[in-house]
Amino acid sequence: MGSHCGCRGFNHHQRKVNPELTSDSNQNAGSQSADLHSDLSEETIKAIALRHPLRNIFAVFLLIGLVAFLVDASHREIYDWPTFSKYLFNHRVLSGVLVTLQLTAYAMVFAVLLGIVLAVMRQSPNPILKSVAWTFIWFFRGTPVYVQLVFWGLLSTVYPSITFGLPFVGDLATIPSINNLSLFVLAVIGLTLNESAYMAEIVRAGLLSVDRGQEEAAKALGMGWGLSMRRIIIPQAMRIIIPPTGNEVISMLKTTSLVTAIPLTIDLYMATRDISANTYKPVPLLLVASTWYLVFTSFLMVLQYFLERRFARGYAHMGLQVQDQPLEGLGGG
Amino acid sequence: MNQQYMVKAEKVRKNFGANEVLKGVSLNVSPGEVLCLVGPSGSGKSTFLRCINHLEVVNAGRLYVDGELIGYRESGDRLHELKPREAAAQRREIGMVFQKFNLFPHLTALENVIEAPIRVKKVAKAEAIKRGKELLSRVGLASKYDSYPAHLSGGQQQRVAIARALAMDPKLMLFDEPTSALDPELVGEVLDVMRELAESGMTMIVVTHEMGFAREVADALVFMDNGVIVESGKPADVLLNPQHERTKTFLSKVL
Repeated sequence: MGSHCGCRGFNHHQRKVNPELTSDSNQNAGSQSADLHSDLSEETIKAIALRHPLRNIFAVFLLIGLVAFLVDASHREIYDWPTFSKYLFNHRVLSGVLVTLQLTAYAMVFAVLLGIVLAVMRQSPNPILKSVAWTFIWFFRGTPVYVQLVFWGLLSTVYPSITFGLPFVGDLATIPSINNLSLFVLAVIGLTLNESAYMAEIVRAGLLSVDRGQEEAAKALGMGWGLSMRRIIIPQAMRIIIPPTGNEVISMLKTTSLVTAIPLTIDLYMATRDISANTYKPVPLLLVASTWYLVFTSFLMVLQYFLERRFARGYAHMGLQVQDQPLEGLGGG
Repeated sequence: MNQQYMVKAEKVRKNFGANEVLKGVSLNVSPGEVLCLVGPSGSGKSTFLRCINHLEVVNAGRLYVDGELIGYRESGDRLHELKPREAAAQRREIGMVFQKFNLFPHLTALENVIEAPIRVKKVAKAEAIKRGKELLSRVGLASKYDSYPAHLSGGQQQRVAIARALAMDPKLMLFDEPTSALDPELVGEVLDVMRELAESGMTMIVVTHEMGFAREVADALVFMDNGVIVESGKPADVLLNPQHERTKTFLSKVL
């Protein structure tokens, strides 16, 4: 395929050169040399490959190390593979998996929505909206998520109840007890607020990446702000937003293991900790937890690949497609 | 009161901060007329064009399209800024073609054309597709319905952009240097489409450096410099027999 294309390119070049040659003999010489060259270009090059001894030695060492590790791990007492297989599909572990997945899904969905709101607020001409968004992002990015989760666990102590009222009118409504909020909801709130600060920056970068002309073209067609955001700007921003968001989902899946700070103790990590507290075998259960985290992060990586492909429509492989298509319609009008 | 004109500009002024870009521009365009705006870069011609569909807000003066005040509502002697929804409704009637095409890169040629009719004018999808295909074949792109903008040449992209603007059935078309970003060999195909459009009776305002096109197609030519109209008239008169020194120097450089 490659040599065929090269040949075609050469002939094309030759056609351009020929008109400059005036005498017949010159022309013959030109076409002879063309034949010679095209014979050469059709012959596949067989050269002796460059050797990379250091690289190969390093690779062999790595391989030996890896095999030694695996062989050792396969019958090292403390890994306790029988216990690992016994608990891999244990019902407490599986319900922990479910909680971890739910926490990840809820927190990410709400964080993306809140992140979009924050990103749009940061671009607002209104200085108050702008600075509120900035301060929110500053605070929630600037403090550790573990500390934030401990705080959400203490929410009912800090605010036993919340009352809305007006001066001279009195109390209007009271949310009686934050205690009624389950630990699960507090965990989702805590993870969401922290994550939304990161998502806001990712969404903002995406929005800024879209050419200003796109918004103008949408406006000129009579589209309102909401419509042009939904149909024109955000679909294009997604190309920039998706890769880092995929990383955030993977990161969130693992961050859920910190909800013990709330303390929510029914997620995957805490489920395995609970079991090992009874069995006195922490290592195989850490392996159980790691296995499940890896299963889902791997799944998310595949999902991210397909999403990226979906939103690259109209961008990928530009040069190639133009070559494949016949250039008709160029002279139309 | 302005019904006889498609576009009526009265002493339009526009400044960006301390920089006054338009210093009182007045002109009229009749329905079916083709007006070419020429002048050196920075003369304010593009800004004036963008004011007509309210992409820029004028600071003084009045702009009417088909008798309707652009960007404001007049009640008594006060002007009220239009709500975004009302401004959008005004723009719907005015087609605009940009120097850099500004096609939507994530949509195919046909999707670019049918997007606004379906979403803004609420045209039924099947009908929009039928009309979109008609428009694309009218601009010579019948085989390119499913191509993404990145797979089209500059000239093809600009012709899709013209079809996209026409799909909204505008009563006025604005062209902002439609051929300036094109390779020289692709300019002709876009001008051909514009010429055909002018012959079909569309009212057009064209900011351009293509003097040949202006002379052949335009009914009127306006030469702007430094935010004011220096000279205007029949294209042949202005181009062949310019009255002002500034026009003469400019034309001697571009012709």
